[in-house]
Amino acid sequence: MTTDRGYPDDPAGPFPTPPTTAEDREGRSITVRRYDPDRDREALEAMYDTFDPADRAQGIPPTGEDRIADWLDSITGDGTVNVVACHGDDIAGHATLVPDSDDTMVAAELAIFVLQAYQGAGIGTHLIETLLGAGEAAGVERVWLTVERWNEPAISLYEKVGFRASDTESFEHEMTIRLH
Amino acid sequence: MSVGRQTGPASFFTRAADVDGMKLLLGIGGSDDSIRALEGTVDRAAETGDDLTVAILRNPATDADPEEIEARVQSVLDEIGVTATIRHLEGDPGSQLVELAERDGFDRIVLGGGETSPMGKIKLGGIAEFVLLNSHVSVTLVR
Repeated sequence: MTTDRGYPDDPAGPFPTPPTTAEDREGRSITVRRYDPDRDREALEAMYDTFDPADRAQGIPPTGEDRIADWLDSITGDGTVNVVACHGDDIAGHATLVPDSDDTMVAAELAIFVLQAYQGAGIGTHLIETLLGAGEAAGVERVWLTVERWNEPAISLYEKVGFRASDTESFEHEMTIRLH
Repeated sequence: MSVGRQTGPASFFTRAADVDGMKLLLGIGGSDDSIRALEGTVDRAAETGDDLTVAILRNPATDADPEEIEARVQSVLDEIGVTATIRHLEGDPGSQLVELAERDGFDRIVLGGGETSPMGKIKLGGIAEFVLLNSHVSVTLVR
């Protein structure tokens, strides 16, 4: 499912590399930094365990401790790029780039999750820009994502960052961005 | 009062053993999820006695050869010991499948439940999308 995907001709960005700190619209100081498995794994599992099922998208995050653990193993494994948004000791959100299986680190799929209590405060934009900066630094050339086509807030966020629609014919709206 | 006879709506995966099988139409175009749907459906048919027809489709998203798909279907049927009618549908796969299901009185259309990206996101195939929106016959997507 990675063939024939159209990407913009011109690279977007530049994007900031982690760590980045900014105040969100609720006045909270949010730091986006690289995911550290030793430090963050437990808190990330806990975040997904409490995730509102209404905010699931196309089957992720999965439900249940075991399935969440398996999924986190695969999306934080070799070749992936992960950042977390932290508010003090709490994890408020997580964003990830997972390379296409039939490719090296050239093209990757993006996903982002922000905990309900932190939504609507600009943290998504902060997270995604810093993730793209980390991806750019890691040599990722192209990034793609799919989003449910009724999810206007998410589509606007992706457009603001520089993503462009590449396939609007399917159930899922596909968007792409070029980093290099 | 009847005993041991299922009278409510029959669930695809939890059917009482004494209920006659359903007349199922499985659409297969050669994608990985359609192969999994085939295996799951044939497994169930071995238990329930479903009357199974396998329709081999031209899925534009794959370059699978129809003859190879048929050989695959036959080997799964032989392995599990189920007989089924195998048909080839030419032309637009979604509309041909829906038309066949409605014309020949099938109880249910069965299709693969979509591909999963490395991220774990499910992406529904174009045939499934068309069939879900247009079929008057119930549809099962196998996950």
